[in-house]
Amino acid sequence: MTEPSAAPEARYVQTPAQTVGPFYGFALPYDGGAELVPGHHPRAIRLHGTVFDGAGDPVPDAILEIWQADETGALPDERGSLARDGFGFTGFGRAAVDLGGHYTFTTVEPGPVAGGAPYVLVAVFARGLIHHLFTRAYFPGNAERNAADAVLTAVPAARRQTLVCVPEGTGPTGAASYRFDIHLQGENETVFLDFDA
Amino acid sequence: MTTSQHEISAEMQAIEADARALVAEGNAPELHPRRDYPPYRSSILRHPTHELVRADPEEIERHSPAFGHSDVSPLESDLTIQHNGEPLGERMTVSGRVLDGEGRPVRHQLVEVWQANAGGRYVHKRDQHPAPLDPNFTGVGRVITGDNGEYSFTTIKPGPYPWRNHLNAWRPAHIHFSLFGTAFTQRLITQMYFPGDPLFALDPIYQSITDPAARARLIGVYDHDLSVPEFSLGYRWDIVLTGPKSTWMESEEAHD
Ligand SMILES: [Fe+3]
Repeated sequence: MTEPSAAPEARYVQTPAQTVGPFYGFALPYDGGAELVPGHHPRAIRLHGTVFDGAGDPVPDAILEIWQADETGALPDERGSLARDGFGFTGFGRAAVDLGGHYTFTTVEPGPVAGGAPYVLVAVFARGLIHHLFTRAYFPGNAERNAADAVLTAVPAARRQTLVCVPEGTGPTGAASYRFDIHLQGENETVFLDFDA
Repeated sequence: MTTSQHEISAEMQAIEADARALVAEGNAPELHPRRDYPPYRSSILRHPTHELVRADPEEIERHSPAFGHSDVSPLESDLTIQHNGEPLGERMTVSGRVLDGEGRPVRHQLVEVWQANAGGRYVHKRDQHPAPLDPNFTGVGRVITGDNGEYSFTTIKPGPYPWRNHLNAWRPAHIHFSLFGTAFTQRLITQMYFPGDPLFALDPIYQSITDPAARARLIGVYDHDLSVPEFSLGYRWDIVLTGPKSTWMESEEAHD
């Protein structure tokens, strides 16, 4: 195979990130990207929220991705995240926020993976955010598992609630609704994670 | 009062001097841009002020969604055939390999690109740059990497474009890249630049990477062997994905 172009000692040093910028709207969002399951799925949930900046203003040009286990806690290995067939569960979703900074995913509540506290992994990209951010959306119904979770317990109690969705009952379609607002900065700044890879 | 390029450049130079001093004290060069980089004005209210919380990746973070040829048509890697006519501009191919931190190919994963046209204009409602749209160019491509992590796009060279960070702010020509690895922690969105761009030193997004060697990793290399006679110019750009933290490389970059 062709040799990489960089100097040998620099070969496998990671490529730096750059901001997604403001002009991804014609490229990254795709039809069905935010619907991991169809809205009529019997156990569909609405996972939604608003992305805020440090002044408390909504961020109108953020784009979010989620990645999660299925209801049983199994990691999906199905293809078809871009071209959904409406049946399989790929575990991946992508949603751009609207002009009010609001995003909505339709998905299922993940089950516990290897007995741990279930969560949805969230990646946040935005103009002005030079390198993306990771966070996790945990669910309030898993009190016991959440209490034993390594990340939730490592975080100061005052900030822990930024990682847990707020239950909002069920909407008109009967789907349970959970709110997960994201504060990039400020008083309620979301806890963002850096993984030891 | 709009900030001048001179003021922005002075801010950028001060930050780079600070980063250089940290390296001189024995710290590892910063591999990624700073999220808090005030010369890029939009970052001021959009970066977290708390330290990120270090976490062990669990199974979810150690895996990645599967993409495949049911998701992406092979035609999507050619950005010049999406309309009836040929797009305006310098036709080129951008090819390379996606690797992980151990140099292993990242196989069968999704690479997405988007870019401005040859005049520096995006097909985007809010792009106000008064350069012409090209009816034969949208500027979006996708590909699934091959068995050796290889990818290739056929496109045209994007133009530089103005933005409103400060007075007379221009982005160096670039192609936006979005990549998935074998673990979600490897997720990367970045930009590929072109050799010798006179706007590099003036651009706060590029300069938010404070280490010159790290910045250079974003520049595609002109490769004459990749040029196709009487058809296109070739650029090679390899991409290395590893997690946000990668302690294994702290001894790297002694060459610089
Ligand atoms: Fe751009």
